[in-house]
Amino acid sequence: MAALNYIRNILRRDRVFEFMIPKPVKNPKLRIGQGCLLYVEGVTVSFDGFKALDDLNLYIDDGELRCIIGPNGAGKTTLMDVITGKTLPEEGSVLFGQNIDLLKMKEQEIVEAGIGRKFQRPTVFQELTVMENLELAMHTDKKVWHSLFTYLSEKQLERIEEILEFLALQDHRHQTAGLLSHGQKQWLEIGMLLMQNPKLLFLDEPVAGMTPHEIERTGELLSSMVPEHTVVVIDHDMDFIRSIAKRVTVLHEGHVLAEGSMKDIQSNPQVIEVYLGEE
Amino acid sequence: MYFQRKNRIGIILCGIFVFSILIVSRAWGNELDEVIGHLGSKKIKEIKQAIQDIARMDQPQVLPTLFALKDRHLRVDEQGQLFILSDDETTLINAITKEKVSAEDRQLRIPRINNSVRRLLSPVIAQLQLQSDDPSIRLEAAKELSRKGKLTEDAVLAIRVGIHKEQNRKIKNILHLALARIDLASGDMDQRIRAIERIGEAGNLQFKSVLEKILIQNEDASYPEPEERIRQAAKKAIAAINLKQTIVTQAGNLFYGLSLGSVLLLTALGLAITFGLMGVINMAHGEMLMLGAYSTYVIQNIFNTYLPNYFDWYPLFAIPVAFFVTAIVGIILERTVIRHLYTRPLETLLATWGVSLIIIQTVRLIFGAQNVEVANPNWLSGGIEVMPGLVLTYNRIAIIIFAVLVVFLVWYILQRTRLGLQVRAVTQNRSMAASMGISTAKIDMWAFGLGSGVAGLGGVALSQLTNVGPELGQLYIIDSFMVVVLGGVGKIIGTVVGALGLGIANKFLEPVSGAVLGKIFILIFIILFIQKFPQGIFSLKGRDVEN
Amino acid sequence: MKQRIHEMHTPKGWGLMGLMGSIMIIAVPLLNILPSSESFFYIPDYLVTLFGKILCYALVALALDLVWGYTGILSLGHGLFFALGGYAMGMHLMRNIGTEGVYKSALPDFMVFLDWKELPWYWHGFDKFPFAMLMVILVPGVLAWVFGFFAFRSRIKGVYFAIVTQALTFAAMLLFFRNNTGFGGNNGLTDFKRILGFSLQDPSTKLGLYVLTGLVLIIFYIFARFIVTSKLGRIIRAIRDAENRVIFSGYDAFKFKLFIWTLSAVVCGIAGALYVPQVGIINPSEMQPSNSIEIVIWVAIGGRGTLLGPILGAIVVNGAKSWFTVAYPEFWLYFLGGLFVLVTVFLPRGLIGILSQKNKEPLRGRT
Repeated sequence: MAALNYIRNILRRDRVFEFMIPKPVKNPKLRIGQGCLLYVEGVTVSFDGFKALDDLNLYIDDGELRCIIGPNGAGKTTLMDVITGKTLPEEGSVLFGQNIDLLKMKEQEIVEAGIGRKFQRPTVFQELTVMENLELAMHTDKKVWHSLFTYLSEKQLERIEEILEFLALQDHRHQTAGLLSHGQKQWLEIGMLLMQNPKLLFLDEPVAGMTPHEIERTGELLSSMVPEHTVVVIDHDMDFIRSIAKRVTVLHEGHVLAEGSMKDIQSNPQVIEVYLGEE
Repeated sequence: MYFQRKNRIGIILCGIFVFSILIVSRAWGNELDEVIGHLGSKKIKEIKQAIQDIARMDQPQVLPTLFALKDRHLRVDEQGQLFILSDDETTLINAITKEKVSAEDRQLRIPRINNSVRRLLSPVIAQLQLQSDDPSIRLEAAKELSRKGKLTEDAVLAIRVGIHKEQNRKIKNILHLALARIDLASGDMDQRIRAIERIGEAGNLQFKSVLEKILIQNEDASYPEPEERIRQAAKKAIAAINLKQTIVTQAGNLFYGLSLGSVLLLTALGLAITFGLMGVINMAHGEMLMLGAYSTYVIQNIFNTYLPNYFDWYPLFAIPVAFFVTAIVGIILERTVIRHLYTRPLETLLATWGVSLIIIQTVRLIFGAQNVEVANPNWLSGGIEVMPGLVLTYNRIAIIIFAVLVVFLVWYILQRTRLGLQVRAVTQNRSMAASMGISTAKIDMWAFGLGSGVAGLGGVALSQLTNVGPELGQLYIIDSFMVVVLGGVGKIIGTVVGALGLGIANKFLEPVSGAVLGKIFILIFIILFIQKFPQGIFSLKGRDVEN
Repeated sequence: MKQRIHEMHTPKGWGLMGLMGSIMIIAVPLLNILPSSESFFYIPDYLVTLFGKILCYALVALALDLVWGYTGILSLGHGLFFALGGYAMGMHLMRNIGTEGVYKSALPDFMVFLDWKELPWYWHGFDKFPFAMLMVILVPGVLAWVFGFFAFRSRIKGVYFAIVTQALTFAAMLLFFRNNTGFGGNNGLTDFKRILGFSLQDPSTKLGLYVLTGLVLIIFYIFARFIVTSKLGRIIRAIRDAENRVIFSGYDAFKFKLFIWTLSAVVCGIAGALYVPQVGIINPSEMQPSNSIEIVIWVAIGGRGTLLGPILGAIVVNGAKSWFTVAYPEFWLYFLGGLFVLVTVFLPRGLIGILSQKNKEPLRGRT
């Protein structure tokens, strides 16, 4: 099956052999026009015939805080995988700003271009300290040789301090990240994303497993990040979404079902049927 | 039609011939005794003459005497009487009267024979043996006759008679071949071409050189064989022989590959179960194979000592013993070592390697470092000759069947029993299964026992193929790992395809590139293969597989 | 630079290091030369050779620790790189025998024995010392790079990677066992006479090689220390913990793994090249999978993820081996097997873990 798909991929007419595609310019300067930061158009992904994403269109504006919701299997995680370069769609295009084609870039190049992603499960480097975690996430030259001889400059240390303060983790800076509480790990991970200075941030269920107090604190964190960063939150927790969201997109069976303010969404009969009705 | 008429004529001719022999043999009764007497002559020439006379008379009762002459068991006394010395060299039997006499008080002489006599003797013996009642003797005789390009008139006649009397197809075919070989030298063009065609059809390698001689070119580019048609026929026949040989070799490779793959399958099956279940590689798995083989060895010795009459049945007894011994060792290993290392798969690899060292050394101290031999029972010795040159030995056939049975059994246990359901549940999502009330610790233990036991069965199978030594497991473990890498975990079909594929690939690459380079090619192939299919050929698909 | 030196060790740590280093490369040679052979303090020549051998092993253990202990890539094939370095050196020593072999031929003895008329192409150049040394580095390095390139590119990890490396060294062993491969087959390369003009039978040559090995070990220890305290060191530890996260932080984890992997292989090759002139033989049994696994156990016993641990582990295990194989040869495998089990089950941090509470070094910026 996999082999067949592979051959199919090779034989597709709209895809050129990899070696023939001109290499994208390293770190092209992001151009934003009409206030739109991310264009996802006509994206289709299927796993062995099952369409995880089906001709999906999505536009994210510069500087907004967008929430994406949808029942299980709606394609939320797959969508993130496509945007961050983990999965290659069969069809469609994904443009970052006006000029950066994300489909032609490797995962770490996408990160370089300014898109950060937080995974569902908190993944911090358990055995490194909080500070080392932030150091690694920092936006800097990430080549092998450079990292062998580099050390932290004054400016970089300042930046780390800044983030530590923002996360309220100053007292834990030399603690191993594995020893942090669940909520602190989530914040640390958000902090690590901020260290990359990303233009666009994807957060996959940032409040899963948090106490109400931690959820509230996370909401404040996220709200204070816009409009400097554009933030996309994917979550199930309706209360949390209600508390932070300005615009909400509902995914269902691989395409966008509805989009609008939380109020519009809550009164949309289709959405109520497939998603909210379940509550 | 033509052949049928020819045959009928042949039958009539032979009938007449046999009939005349019957009449003549009476008259020859005394003459035969006299001829036999000449076998004891002091002159080589007379002995040769006697042999030729015997061939002419075609009387099988002379055989013991001829054998005795060949084996230097014939004795002659001063009166020229012939005696046959028995195998234990204690008694003498008069060659003609068959009386027993004592060996003492006689001046005996051994008739002198040389190679030229022997060359003359063996086709005559074969010719007389053709009349034997025992098909295996007739078969040997036919083979002997087909080896010679030139035979006496009498032998040719005997072959012709043999062809008509013979019921056994195989012997008949060989006799036809022997005849064809004689006919090659005949003057009749059609007869020669038919003979060539017949040799080509038989596809026997030993005749290839005979045909090749026809095609040899002289230095001046002319052929000693002037007839173009004959040369064409010979060319065709050689091509046919080559083709048949290729088929035989490839079929043999396939068969050997399948049997090797079956052993690999039995080893890798257990490995895939435990690897799929716990994500740990059990480096002591090869030693389970070795313990299974040693269990077979012990059972064999017990039968040999205490139940020699039932020796043939020891493998049936060894199978459960090997299974339980290795299963228990596996369970002990799981309970004492691996249990502590669930979250650390790489360390399991090291700990189990340590266990394997201990097992190997223990076996070495008990059984010695030398290889021991496990004898095949009678019903597993020998084989079926499917084609000339292709013998499917019974032990390898049995191993293939055995592997099929075991795979079926494992499949049944995993797919159709409650234990199997639980094993699969734990394989796919350990914590979920645990929260459903499945005791994962117990499942691990039983699955480990099952995996090890299956490897033990592999050891029983292997003991029927090779000698058994303490390092036996080490030879197969890396290949079994490769099977698991190729086939992926979690699906039996993957292991089956991986194991048989690897076994067959090994056997086919061996003649092309040598065993060592073959192994390296396979390794390179596997490394390239997992570039494209990191999860193996048949992998579980789903969202959680990546982690 | 001063900052980095401080990050690598505290002053006390540097002092301790200096002490151990000077015992190794100054005290031992002095005790070999100065006291009379009856003296209690005298270290006989055979012990110096044994120590030299063990230091080579320590170097290998250190190299493996970088990939396993720090980056989390378990290799069961490091013996291969060690042996390749050894073979490169062995070929040079073989060519240096000249016409003093048994057959008095310019060709190595085994080639005369196989009735080869001329040197195979891949033996050319090995008579020159600089070329041979280049090969000591290049052969294991290039092989590791190519293998690592394919393995890491397809993200082969964990046990899969371990067993593929094991298969690699196994295949190489089979290849080198063949006479036709041209490396002396079963018997390997042996009967060396001299290195750079110094006789290998001469105790002073052996002592020199021992000191050289000690120096190389110290230099590489410092280099490894430099690596693991650099940002690169933190990145490879991060790869060990959560590779995906490293990739999404913008690092090409593939290149970092490939770098450490290749570096480690090269160091193994150097260790092999130091080993061969001291023991006087190299043969394919060095590539046995069991040898490579033994290297892993040195690291595990000493304590992986530390740099002193593997050195300690190599010394302890090989010291024990030298004693056992003389005193109780039949129990050596029990001891080794038992070590594997006990250390992995009860001592995941190894000997270093018992000796010292693992001190967590905080990240120091320039303040």
